[in-house]
Amino acid sequence: MSETTDTGGTRAQGAREGRMSGLSKEKIGGILARQGILVAFVLFMVGFALANQRFIAPDNVLGVIRSSAILGVMALGVTFVVISGNLDLSVGSMMSFSTIVVLDLHDQIGPALAIPAMFGLTLLIGAVIGFLVGYLRLNSLIVTLGMLSAIHGLTLTWSGGQNMDIADKEGTWFSVFGQGSVLGIPVPILIFAGLAVVLGLILAKTPFGRKVYAVGGNGVAATFSGVRRARVVFMCYLASSFCVATAGLIQASRSLGSQNTVGQGMELEVLAAVILGGASLLGGSGTIFKTVIGVLILGFIKNGLLLVGLQFYVQYTVTWVIIILAVWLDIAAKRGRLWSPIA
Amino acid sequence: MSDATPALRLDGIVKTFPGVRALDGVSFSVLPGEVHALMGENGAGKSTLMKVLGGIYQPDEGQITVSEVPVVMRSPLEAKAKGIVFIHQELSLATELSVAENIYLGELPRKSFGRVDWATLNARTNEILSRLKVGFGPGDRVGDLSIANQQMVEIARALTVDAKAVIFDEPTASLTDAEKVVLFDVIADLKKDGVGIIYISHRMEEIFRITDRISVLRDGQYRGTLETAKTNEEEITQLMIGRKLDLSRSEATHALGDVALEVRGLTVKGLYEDVSFEVRKGEVLGFYGLVGAGRTEIAETLFGLREPSAGTIHLNGEEVRIHSPADAIARGISLVPEDRKGQGLVLGMNCRDNMTLPQVDDLTAGPFVADGAEIAIFDQYRDRLDIRTPGWKQQVGNLSGGNQQKIVIGKWLSMHPDVLIVDEPTRGIDVGSKSEIHNLIRALAAQGYAVIVISSEMPEVLRVSDRIVAMYSGRIMRTFTAETVTEDNLIQAISGIAASAETAA
Repeated sequence: MSETTDTGGTRAQGAREGRMSGLSKEKIGGILARQGILVAFVLFMVGFALANQRFIAPDNVLGVIRSSAILGVMALGVTFVVISGNLDLSVGSMMSFSTIVVLDLHDQIGPALAIPAMFGLTLLIGAVIGFLVGYLRLNSLIVTLGMLSAIHGLTLTWSGGQNMDIADKEGTWFSVFGQGSVLGIPVPILIFAGLAVVLGLILAKTPFGRKVYAVGGNGVAATFSGVRRARVVFMCYLASSFCVATAGLIQASRSLGSQNTVGQGMELEVLAAVILGGASLLGGSGTIFKTVIGVLILGFIKNGLLLVGLQFYVQYTVTWVIIILAVWLDIAAKRGRLWSPIA
Repeated sequence: MSDATPALRLDGIVKTFPGVRALDGVSFSVLPGEVHALMGENGAGKSTLMKVLGGIYQPDEGQITVSEVPVVMRSPLEAKAKGIVFIHQELSLATELSVAENIYLGELPRKSFGRVDWATLNARTNEILSRLKVGFGPGDRVGDLSIANQQMVEIARALTVDAKAVIFDEPTASLTDAEKVVLFDVIADLKKDGVGIIYISHRMEEIFRITDRISVLRDGQYRGTLETAKTNEEEITQLMIGRKLDLSRSEATHALGDVALEVRGLTVKGLYEDVSFEVRKGEVLGFYGLVGAGRTEIAETLFGLREPSAGTIHLNGEEVRIHSPADAIARGISLVPEDRKGQGLVLGMNCRDNMTLPQVDDLTAGPFVADGAEIAIFDQYRDRLDIRTPGWKQQVGNLSGGNQQKIVIGKWLSMHPDVLIVDEPTRGIDVGSKSEIHNLIRALAAQGYAVIVISSEMPEVLRVSDRIVAMYSGRIMRTFTAETVTEDNLIQAISGIAASAETAA
């Protein structure tokens, strides 16, 4: 009581205090529930920065974002698919395909034609998936899991199982997408940022974006409101394959040579980034901004673990432990309790 | 009765959510051996109160007392342990398991090595079932039982603990009349055993038949307790909605316009056959019949969700073929579907976005959705339909049933349709909002809309329709006008009784 008078001032203030603290607690809870991942991200960055100052050095930060760009670009597209209530597990395998195809065509028809040709072929695959999931209403998990394998087969057939290399690595302008920089900012970052802005606007501000949320939130109600559900899902897979083609372009341009399996396993990391950002696997929620945060968290986790000196092999495990923890805390913040209320 | 120790007492229960005071100091008590009705419109706070009693929500303020012992419940299991038991509207049974297993789920009697002690289990179950006088045994598979009997299993489960208070949430929603009698007998038995019962229902007839007292909530506040024997429907309703309810049919007559929709010989094989009718501008055409008579399916055909196998549809004199909802909407047909939450709304989206969804393609400034135009539409229909929501940003899932339905209606009115089809306009909606929606339908007709109302509630079709189509088993049996219809011949028509007699005459 004496403490209250010390700090509280007038009686009225003291009387209101209980309610005030309740209110601010509620507010903090609200912010945590809505922006839990963002808060976690900031705390995490501060923690690692205290452990190792190298972590927030500008060149390190830029390096992390640059190396996250490929994953990030793919995650932008998958965000559309996930919000529409579907999954895309084929993106890793599709990225390998794009990379191999553009590298091979580079030497055969030149980069100016190779790039649009690769985009066309990748979009064609995206259209097939979009048709199967959107118009034929097949389960997206099964379709994209099958496509993961099928596209891998396509890639191997195309390359004959060989690694693909550009003959003249010094003399091509093709390297600009992966290795160039403008005003000191690496081009992959610019592509990632530019695409994030454009796709972010499409999702948040256009009628199409609205319909993506509606279809994912309640596909039946969307249909009953005149939304052409199949077309929306189809377009989401096209968007996803467009992003994959862009990622493949950056990957190919950066290394100018590639194995058939360069994107292997990335589908799960991409999905992790999207979920980490807070999109629901059930569809109907998520944003491009949140996905970008998810991508950055994933990138900085890996980088941070490296900087504090953890062995490379341990990283897989630790990364996933952190992802699961983050998702748990996010859900806990939304529920307002750590454990599910249903015993 | 007032001398007895209350089985359950609530004192000043407060529960707030961001922006909403869902419960604002609710206090009442339930005596042992009393059936206590809890009434209130949707959104009045009944569900929140039930979740507080069930240990799902923690109250911000206030005290719950069970038999004079203050209790705090942090989970449904704790609530059950304190003697508060729920019989839910939606059954939560494992349909593949036996009756006995369901009743003792989670607490099966054991022998050594964790084996189930079937003999004890069945003996105990038999004891409880005999108390309920039911016609099934411990070994029957729950999935094979009727809904009413499944409910008995839930009640039996409640009896395994020393229940102080049993809460029935809309228990008769899916019961037949005969099954209701059995349920009421069981409630009477519980009463004799000195259990306090909270009974939640919208159905006045049941309230008067079985309850002793009635407590009413409105806008999260406790509005009073009435003695059932000393009150009447009017008084309760007034307490619930805060005003008198106008149940009379508005007889404002208005001239009918041209035929807006004409349907000839429409057939969808296996669902309905040879259906012909027309609706004029300014007219409400009611469709009445039992569930499965084909009414909803006709609506779905008109809205492009089913392909007809025969027949024609004329809209404003012009023959049309409708292949999708988008087609129907473009031609001026709108459907307020029967399943509001499943078909009518994207619950996770906000009010405005739900309302403008069908026309979002047209509400653009450049490539983007025009926020201002959308909000203008939302504001217009919020005011016109008196939709009560803190703002357009509110998630539709947080609104009460009546307000949700108004969002759906607003969605379609903002499209300015020629023909508005409303399937079960007031299903699951409280009595106050119900009459508002009825008045709204009449007003829409007066404004020149052609309206089709499909309903399973006779008072509803009688109240809103100018003409009534009676359907039975996929066929139109007879069409009545508001002047010639009587309850008797309507019932006969939808049960297929009058068919032969009518055609003969």
